[in-house]
This record gives sequence, C-alpha cells and structure tokens, in this order.
Amino acid sequence: MKDELSITGATGEALPHDSAIKHVTGKAEYTDDIREPAGTLHAYLGLSTIAHGKIEALDLSAVKTAPGVIDVIGPADVPADNDCSANGMHDEPIFAETVEFLGQPIFAVVAESRDQARRAAQLAEVKYTELPHATNVMAAREAGYPNVTSPLKLERGDITAMEAAPHRLKGTMVVGGQDHFYLEGQIALAVPGEDEDVVINTSTQHPSEVQHVVAHALGVPSHSVVVNVRRMGGGFGGKETQMNLFCCVAAIAAKKLNRPVKLRPDRDDDMTATGKRHDFVVEYEVGFDDEGRIVAVEGDYFARCGFCSDLSGPVTDRALFHADNAYFYPNVLLRSHPLKTNTVSNTAFRGFGGPQGLIAAERMVEEIAYYLKRDPLEIRKLNFYGGEGRDLTPYHQTVEDNILDRITDELAESASYKERREAVIAWNARGGVIRKGIALTPVKFGISFTATWFNQAGALIHIYADGSIHLNHGGTEMGQGLYTKVAQVVADALQVDAGLVKITKTTTEKVPNTSATAASSGSDLNGMAAKDACDQLIARLRAFAVEKYGIAPEDFRLYANRVHLGDTVVEWDAFIREAYMARVQLSAAGFYKTPKIHWDRESGKGRPFYYFAYGAALSEVSVDTLTGEYRVDRTDILHDVGRSLNPAIDKGQVEGAFIQGMGWLTTEELWWDDKGRLRTHAPSTYKIPLASDRPRVFNVALADWAENREPTIKRSKAVGEPPFMLAVSVLEALGMAVASVADYAECPRLDTPATPERVLMAVERLRGTR
Amino acid sequence: MQTTLSINGTEHRLDLDTRVTLLDALRDHLGLCGSKKGCDHGQCGACTVLVGGRRINACLTLAVMHDGDEITTVEGLAEGADGGLSPLQRAFITHDGFQCGYCTPGQLCSATGMLGELAEGWPSHASADLDGNYELSQEELSERMSGNICRCSCYPGINAAIRDAAGAEGRK
Ligand code: FES
Ligand code: FES
Repeated sequence: MKDELSITGATGEALPHDSAIKHVTGKAEYTDDIREPAGTLHAYLGLSTIAHGKIEALDLSAVKTAPGVIDVIGPADVPADNDCSANGMHDEPIFAETVEFLGQPIFAVVAESRDQARRAAQLAEVKYTELPHATNVMAAREAGYPNVTSPLKLERGDITAMEAAPHRLKGTMVVGGQDHFYLEGQIALAVPGEDEDVVINTSTQHPSEVQHVVAHALGVPSHSVVVNVRRMGGGFGGKETQMNLFCCVAAIAAKKLNRPVKLRPDRDDDMTATGKRHDFVVEYEVGFDDEGRIVAVEGDYFARCGFCSDLSGPVTDRALFHADNAYFYPNVLLRSHPLKTNTVSNTAFRGFGGPQGLIAAERMVEEIAYYLKRDPLEIRKLNFYGGEGRDLTPYHQTVEDNILDRITDELAESASYKERREAVIAWNARGGVIRKGIALTPVKFGISFTATWFNQAGALIHIYADGSIHLNHGGTEMGQGLYTKVAQVVADALQVDAGLVKITKTTTEKVPNTSATAASSGSDLNGMAAKDACDQLIARLRAFAVEKYGIAPEDFRLYANRVHLGDTVVEWDAFIREAYMARVQLSAAGFYKTPKIHWDRESGKGRPFYYFAYGAALSEVSVDTLTGEYRVDRTDILHDVGRSLNPAIDKGQVEGAFIQGMGWLTTEELWWDDKGRLRTHAPSTYKIPLASDRPRVFNVALADWAENREPTIKRSKAVGEPPFMLAVSVLEALGMAVASVADYAECPRLDTPATPERVLMAVERLRGTR
Repeated sequence: MQTTLSINGTEHRLDLDTRVTLLDALRDHLGLCGSKKGCDHGQCGACTVLVGGRRINACLTLAVMHDGDEITTVEGLAEGADGGLSPLQRAFITHDGFQCGYCTPGQLCSATGMLGELAEGWPSHASADLDGNYELSQEELSERMSGNICRCSCYPGINAAIRDAAGAEGRK
C-alpha cells in the first residue's frame, strides 16, 4: 500500500541533476573557476616537434629570460621518479629525454601569468637527432615494432572446424579512433602545504591514482597528497589516466617554488598531447553454414597504442571480450596485438575497446548476410546466445541473462522494421541518386572492471545533530548523474528528502584507495557502498530506539522524513537529536566489492563480468550517391538499464552515448601527417556531432520490464557505455545504402569513420568505377 | 587601457591590456566564471555571451572593443524582475538540457540570442525562403544552434528545452 506521504528524490524518480540550478545560472564551479589563491603561478608545457628522436641539446635561455618567467622545470627537477605511468610499467616519463611522439612534453615553464608562460614555452631551441618513426598500425607492423604490453589470446572449441565450414569469408576492417573533446580541458591547480603536503584540485576520473602517481614523482607517502574533484566538464575516459601528467607537473612546480601553480593547456595542445580512443585494424575469418549460423571465428585485433602502455592492455583485452558482441561462436580463436607506435599513448574512451571489438562482429554478420542474400537481422537472431549448449563466451563465461530476443523483437515491432526495410528496398530499386539504408543492431556489454581488484568502492556518510546528511563516496561526477543517483540511494535508504543530503566533492581525504569512475560501474559500486553505510547507521538507530522506547526491533521504521517507533511517530531531525544526546555514533564508512567475478588472464578463462547490459537500435539513413553526404532520418532505440535508478538521467545517457557513438563512426576523423603531427587538433578540423547531426526522428525508450538478475543496487544496470555501440546501426544502414548501387551483391565493407568521402569511395568501388 | 563594461546591468571600470579577450576579462578580471573556455578559438560556443542582445563568442573579441556596451552573461539571465530563473533556464532543467553542464552557459546565452534573431526575422541556412517569417522547426532550431557544441550530446534535451521555452511544442 502506498502511504500518502513520501520523500522527494527516491530511487526510480526522475530527479533533476544535483547541480541543475547551478548549471543554468553559471554557478557550478569547475577547477578553472576556483578562485586562485594569492600568488598563483601558471605553468605551460613545452612539447616536442618531432615524432621520434633524441634530444641532443635543449637551449632554454630565451625561455628563462622571457617576461614574467619564474622558472623552467625539466627531468632534473622531478624530486623522485620522472614517471607518471598509471600501471607501474615505468614507460611514461613526465618530461621526455628521448622523444617518442610529436607533442610529447619535454619541459614546463612557470610564469606569473598563463599568457606569459604560453609565449615563453615557444622560445625553446631544441636540437634533435631524428630516428625513424611509425605512426600507424600498418607502419608499426612493417617496422617490426613491439607490443607495448602483453597480448591476450582467447580460445574455445576447435578452430580447425573452420576448414570444414560450408562457407568461409575473410576480411579486414579498419576502425577509427576518437578524441574525447571533453568540453572542459585538462587542468590542475596544485597548492603547496606544510611538510611534504600538497593539495591538488583537478578534473580527473581517478583521484586515487593521481594521488599515487604524484606521491611517486615527489617521493613522498600518499598521505601527503590530497586530490579534490568536485565535477568535471566531461570525461568520457579521457580523464582516467591523462590527468596524471598535468597534476605531476603542477605539483612538482608548486613544491619547488612553494607557490600555488595552475596548469591548463590550450585546446590544441590538449588534443595533441593527450591520448585518444585506440584505432584498430581487425583481420577476421568467419566460417558458417548454409543458414548463416556461425561455425568458427578467427580474429586478429591490431591496435595503435601509442608510445607507452597506459591502459592499452585492458583496452585491447576488452576488445576481445566484445569480439562476440551478442553471438555464440562455437569455435573461436582471438588474438590481440597492442602495438607500439610513435603517437600519443592511446587511452580509455567510453566502451574501452569494447566498441572496436563489437563492430568487427557486426561486420562479420554483414558479410554472412550479403553472401547468403539474407536480411542481416535474421543472421543476427540466428546467432544470438541461447539454446542448448550455445551460451558460452570465448572467455568461458556463461551468458545467463540474455534478453536480446525480446529487445530486438519489441524494437522491430514498435519501429516497423519489416515494412520499412521493404520500403527502403523498393525505394532503392527505383535507382535514384539518393539511396536509403536501414539496420537494426544489438549490443551486449559486459559490466565490471576486468582488473578484478578495481571492483571495490567506499562511501562516508555523516548525519549531523540537526538531521542533515553529508554524503561522500569515491566516484566522480562528470555529468553522468552519479552524485544524484547515489544521493537518491541514500535518501531512499534513510527515507529523507534528497534535499537533506549534501553531496560533497570527491576527495582522497574522505574515501581512500578508490577506483576510477569508469567501466560504467560508478553507481553499481558507489551506490552499494553508500547503501552499506546507511545500513550501518540504521542498525545503530534501531538499537537505540529499541533501548529507549522499549519497542521490538521490527517496530522501528524510517518512512517519509519520520521515524516510526511502534505507535509513536517522531520527526527525523528530532530523533537524530535524541540519538546524538544519547551518544549514538552518527557517522559510517560503507564498503562494497562486486561478488562472483574472477578472471585468469593466462588461461583466458573466468567470469570477468558480473552481468551484461543489452540494447538495440534501428536506424534509417539517406545517402547522396553523387557526393557521399548523408543524413540519419530516424533512429529508434530500446535499451536495458535494469530497473532504472533515475529514468531521466538514464535516458539522457542513452541519447548522448548514441550521438557520441555516431560521431565516432561517421564524422570524427583523426589525421596524422607523414611527420607524425596530428592535423585534426581543434573542432575546426575535427568534426564533433552538432545539434543538426542528430537523427531527424529520435525515439529512445528504456526497457521498463527489465531488471538485473543480480542483486545490484535496486536491480539497476550500468548505463554509461553500453548505448555508445547502438550507433553501429547507423554505420550498417549507410552500408546498405551504399550496397544498393550494386544491387546488394557485395558486402559494402565500410570502414570507419564513414565520412562522406569514404562513403563516396565505397559507392565508386561497388559501382566498379574505381 | 581604460574600459567600461556594463555587465548584467552593473558598470565595471577596468584597466586592461588591449589584447585581453572579453572572455578573459570576464573570467580573470571580474571573477565572472559562468562563461566557459572550451576552445578559445571560436569553435565550440562555450563562451557565448550577449552584447546588446546579440550573441557572440567572447573568446573571439577583445574587451576594449566593448567599451560602453551592454553585456549579458549567464549570470545575468536569471536577474529578471523577480530574480528567478528565466523560462529558458527552467526549461533546461525540466528537459534535462545538460549532463556535465560545461556547455550550458553558452547554450543558454546562444538560445536567448537566437530566439531574438528569429523574432527579428533573420533567415538561417535551413530556411526555405527569405520572407522573414520563420517557425522554430527542428531543422531551424538545430541549424541555428549548431555553433554550440555539446560533447555530452544532450541535443535532444537542449532542443526540447528551447522549443518549450519558445512556446513551440515540447520534446520530439
Ligand atoms: S571558447 Fe569561445 S568558442 Fe570555444
Ligand atoms: S553538457 Fe557536457 S558538453 Fe554539454
């Protein structure tokens, strides 16, 4: 029965983002908006101008004498270790002595103003001895470049079954990278303190790692370094490890000069000097029967990792973990090749390699469908996980929660897939310049960090004597609504209005040893940790009530801002006051670790994922076959977020992820020239989706019947990354429009990003005019 | 150089280097940090402010060029008669017009200016003719707001909010 009274902001409610009013009034404070302490200096990085070589001579005299310059710092100024590698592989110098990519930081200048520092940084005279460089996967393979980290092999069944398969197709797919272009760039403000202390205000998804890396560079214990993050102006993975370097430089300068130091690169330098999504070259072979059922898959996944390992190991691992997408491969052999290149070290980006693996699976399905002249959706459904003995992934985890049959059927039904596909085929049959394409593609995405130890989280909750609540946890807010969701969990558990819960900045001082806010795991982990803290507080409050009011434990109930004690009802704040007077501890530290998961990388076996999130999208496009230009006419999405913690936030995540995914697959093209210089280093040349690029008709629905089979927080599911890959439907629809010029006789094999140029080249290739 | 800027109804006398952009004057000299610096090159729209009701990129203009001008920033949008939020600001909250919020000040200023342009009959690239009579269709709206990047891609929410505030139909 639903009582008349209830709280505002319970889970499942579409509560606006916690900073909503601050965002629309310009009062939300980002790192660059923090009032600078008196005496703040500004640092700027000096970047290399060649892709590979030794620094023979570095003449900084003009830099040092430039107006406003206080100091120049380089490798010799790093107190302990000139390294900011996230993974302890010691392959990422703060200041390079041997240049391994164009745009690598080699020194930093510190001046009174940012403008002075920027100007001075240009005055360095550097003499290099150049070495040969390889900037892409092909060149690195030819030059025999090594892997930056150990590769992964996944194997199940018997790959020799390929030879016996009735049909076999081989191909190569080139999958492009992507720049994060978080609207707020990288930034660090380091303020020195007494002893070895330094406080860093920054915009990172991983405060604990910044703390660790800075302490390592300074040669001080972690307890001396505090890292604060209130909010980020977007992260998308680009602030998981990439902030390490900026924080190290600011902290080193701040401690050396004993003054606050701020470092914020220009957008062009930010794009040149920070890592991006890995681009891949995938070589695949798929064997299948007359029906289109897959018999065997063999794939090699070559990734441009850049000059150091960073997160390339887990990224390329995740590519293999998603090389099956939603499909059962009876016999499979997959290998990753995390190749070194003379480019900036690539890093995490929404999906973390998963999209690059998944898209090759969809290419294979396309190959089969065109070869057998069948609707690709039929081939997809035929190969979905499920049925007798068809539920084991290439990494030997059983898929237990597959709901794709229902999702794809409901979407196909509600968006009239069949009829519209027929209409598209009929339209194309008229043979005009404008061709159409339509595609329905599914997503299955594994949730959990594959580094099992990262799947832990902490939270700290104080209830003050006036009844107000202070909430802190290890997750960071980058717009995904994590703070709001966790506050809803707390409001719900303690049965008070969400307005009573103050959400406070993430800081290494309150919750230690946190994991990156990444892998879509933010609310799963931090929501549960906060819930644990609430449970502890409730247990103490209950014990107090039983003692004071002589009631049975089950007669204690928190409900709608009140405390029910048998027949007595007390206001929340009055009850908390009583508890305080009776000396009840009103603060609790909560903790959570994800159960069930384990992973043995050596054997390639385990259960790396706690559960899977699912979704499907149906997109229809029009392509001008004379220019290659196109537009997305309509997209329908049905996505699974389990039982939504906040439908408004979740829907926003699905829409935003889809459009960002579309950008990755269509307009966002990274281009390095022969010298290894990134030529697309600003939005003038790097094309990010605009309002006018979104689908003309865009229907997004959450599968309201879905719930997580696992006991996650309120049976919800992670939402940050999985919908990114729904954009594959756009690529395949474009492919269909292109294929129509050759009467669908051939798989269009569109590589990504499918820019108008590439679409036009594919049209000409299929017409045989090229 | 002595410059007087009237910002959100308050006069500020500043002594500025002639090369200081309006954006830096706002952020670094006046502590008005609502306007954001996304690219500093006029390519993202995060710094959009209104000068005499017209939207401009504050990173692309010098402060001293605006001596005596009436400037409105995001901080000034709410200073209506009752000091409450403007209809557009309220609509951004109702329709979830943001995620990280970094583009929001620019989107709001830009949308405010855009609705003014529309009312004055300015055509856009998406307009079918030049008769000065334009409906706020999805096409018109998207085209007219295409100078403001939202990397979180909240375009559906932003569009719905603007249409709602402008009295056009809501989310579509
Ligand atoms: S900061 Fe002015 S347009 Fe980007
Ligand atoms: S809300 Fe993040 S850029 Fe628009």
